[in-house]
Amino acid sequence: MFLGRVVGRVWATVKQSNLEGQRLLIVQPLTPELEATGKRVICTDATGAGAGELIYWCRGRESSFAFLPDEVTTDFTIVGIVDELRVKRG
Amino acid sequence: MLISRVIGEIVSTRKHPSHEGQKILLVQPLQLDGTNRGNALVAMDAAGAGVGDLVLVALDGYSAMSSVGRPNSPIDMAVIGVIDRVELMDGAPFPLNPEKQQT
Repeated sequence: MFLGRVVGRVWATVKQSNLEGQRLLIVQPLTPELEATGKRVICTDATGAGAGELIYWCRGRESSFAFLPDEVTTDFTIVGIVDELRVKRG
Repeated sequence: MLISRVIGEIVSTRKHPSHEGQKILLVQPLQLDGTNRGNALVAMDAAGAGVGDLVLVALDGYSAMSSVGRPNSPIDMAVIGVIDRVELMDGAPFPLNPEKQQT
C-alpha cells in the first residue's frame, strides 16, 4: 500500500456499469514526512474518505477485492483513513 | 521481495474490515549498500516486526494476503520476515548487519 492525501474528485457519467455508485478520488502520494512525491492517481474508495484526508491505498488486482462480492473495475483503491502516523527514521 | 527498514506505524480506525487487528507498518525499501530505494511503502505486518527492524517485504498481492491469512482482501504488501543478517557472496560487507551498527 502507499500513503497519500485526497486532493480532488472525478465525475464520470459514462463508465463501466460496475463502477456505478463508486466515488473516484484524486490522490497525491506522500512521503512519511507528508511531502508530495510522484504523480497523482485516481482511486476508487472503500472507506468513505473525504477531501484533504490522509489515507493509504492499495494497488493492482487486490484493490478490486475491497468490494467483493461486487466486481469493480479498478486498479487503485483507498483502503484506510490514517488517524495517526508514528514515524521514526534512522 | 525487498529488504526494508520499518520506519513507522500507521494508526487507522476507518479501514477495510480485512485490515482489522493487523499492524500496519511504514517501511523504507533499501538497496544492498544501505541507501534508500525509492519511496516508503505501507505494508501489513505478518512477522511481528517493530519500528527499527530490518525486514523482508513481499510486494505481491497473493503472497501478502496469504502471509496475513486473509485471502481475497485488498492487501498488496506484507512484512513477511525479520532479517537477522545478510551475507553477500563476493565478500562485500553488508552495512546494515547488526554487528556493523554497533561499531
